[in-house]
Amino acid sequence: MILASTLTTNLAILVLAGFLGFVVISKIPNTLHTPLMSGTNAIHGIVLLGALLLIGLPASGLVGIDALSKALLVIAVAFGTINVVGGFLVTDRMLEMFKRKPQTKEEKEQEGGSR
Amino acid sequence: MSALTGSGAAAAHVALLLSRLAAPATIFLQSQSFIYVLYIIAFTLMIQGLRGLAGPRTAVRGNRIAAVGMAVAVIATLLQPQEGNWGLIVLGVVIGTAVGIPAARKVRMTAMPQMVALFNGVGGGAVALISWVDYRSHGSSYGTHTIVQSAIVQVQVPGVATYVAIFSVAAAIIGSISFWGSNIAFGKLQEVLPGRPITLGRIQQPVNLLLAALALAAGIALIDGVHSELLFIGMLVAAALLGNLIVLPIGGADMPVVIALLNAFTGVSAAATGMALNNPALIVFGMMVGASGSILTKLMADAMNRSIPAIIAGGFGGGAEVAPSGATAEHGSVRSISAADAAIQLAYASRVVIVPGYGMAVAQAQHAVRELASELEQRGVDVKYAIHPVAGRMPGHMNVLLAEADVPYDQLKEMDEINPELPHTDVCLVIGANDVTNPAAKNTPSSPIYGMPIIEVSEAGSVIVIKRSMNPGFAGIENELYYDPKTSMLFGDAKGAVAEIVAGLAEI
Repeated sequence: MILASTLTTNLAILVLAGFLGFVVISKIPNTLHTPLMSGTNAIHGIVLLGALLLIGLPASGLVGIDALSKALLVIAVAFGTINVVGGFLVTDRMLEMFKRKPQTKEEKEQEGGSR
Repeated sequence: MSALTGSGAAAAHVALLLSRLAAPATIFLQSQSFIYVLYIIAFTLMIQGLRGLAGPRTAVRGNRIAAVGMAVAVIATLLQPQEGNWGLIVLGVVIGTAVGIPAARKVRMTAMPQMVALFNGVGGGAVALISWVDYRSHGSSYGTHTIVQSAIVQVQVPGVATYVAIFSVAAAIIGSISFWGSNIAFGKLQEVLPGRPITLGRIQQPVNLLLAALALAAGIALIDGVHSELLFIGMLVAAALLGNLIVLPIGGADMPVVIALLNAFTGVSAAATGMALNNPALIVFGMMVGASGSILTKLMADAMNRSIPAIIAGGFGGGAEVAPSGATAEHGSVRSISAADAAIQLAYASRVVIVPGYGMAVAQAQHAVRELASELEQRGVDVKYAIHPVAGRMPGHMNVLLAEADVPYDQLKEMDEINPELPHTDVCLVIGANDVTNPAAKNTPSSPIYGMPIIEVSEAGSVIVIKRSMNPGFAGIENELYYDPKTSMLFGDAKGAVAEIVAGLAEI
């Protein structure tokens, strides 16, 4: 029964996060879609957590992982890190270009509306 | 305080208190509740960060807030009491950082789509690898979790819950598709692979269906308790082939859609991993990306008047239906002008709309174009930029390129905004854009791009097209705009040609 409630709780989180995602992302203007994509790229680097959780398995004493599993997980951690570090950095670089221009009237209005 | 330290008994009492607190502090930091609280803080930061992306001024801060959220989520995970193998974790992180930082620092803005495809691919790859390892550790207990229930007692046989197996297998399949699909997309954008569609012809769809069916069947068998690592690897391979075969036939023009779609795939697969590993951070972050990718996919597909299944089915954008070079004769003649003539035409206009395309980006002509625009503005010419939603190789790409060249925002107009203004425009200057200006999308029902919304440059008083040659664009379709009597062609490299126009303006 505990399992069933874990499943339903997680499903609820899944569905609500999906809706929240639609609401938040819909407000982002076309102009910023490329930074949005590279930013969300960085965010799905969250899979890093999955790799970090599994790599700790031996310490949990439940199941051991062999050398191949370890190698695969090191690659997964590396992939996840590339995703997170690279994604956020490149997005930052891109957004700095948008920022350095003097602010225009229209921009101010747009921002006002988005808050 | 002084009263307390003055008394030795009180000091001893404090020391005792501290020693009693130390052990609970570790327990508290590693408790599931504390870790969950950290995850909740991470969600809040990430969502707040994404909200920041809604405006250019708040975007930098937003991205950094999201990055802090990510850091909090990582720290929370590392606090798990069962965490171990620190050496391997450090190794992976060091490798990832060593690759990620230089890549992100050096990439040119024109190469952004490739970069995004690559980052997307590694994300999908990580998901597939995680599922694989998860299977290696727990797979033997897939399908063994049963609940034996009688009237009196209920006995749970321990094992992996079926839903965990389902999500883990789903993550593996989607992750593998995303990894290979993204790599092919990278190859096409980087021009390591040809941009034209590569298809198996008629058997393409049956092969794709077969591969999908194979991957699914293997997945179901695994979930049902067939324990064979070979079967799992076979499933990954079938999904990998499917990923290759889905993206290979997709023409260059559909790239923005594909990148957005693959982005959604990776996000959803990360969420599935979260369901399998019972980790709320993965679920929330993954779903947010899934939502973002889906929205962008829809927007891009709408901007091209194409349905997503039609794009996946592929084959578009290769120019297969268009007769090659020989067809040019039927269109009539092309009028070519010099940069000096173009300069005169522009200088005496009162409204000019610049339509930039990927050709401008490739030639690194953004700065020259910006210079031309300021030169014209000094002469009292009203200059605007018309940005098609799919201009460039990924959603919003052109805006980034122009932002790099310091073009002010208020001059960047979206397609729907600029089209009604075009009939009152004197000169449209098309720089390296092709398909998004092709009137065939409006007039020729037989054209593969028929129905795609375009920037209606032929409504303007006159059109100047800067183009290297008469070669068709990325989509491989002839553009009848070039044969319009209103149109004059200025042949040359975008950067050089624009610089020549600027020089020409100086002489007027």
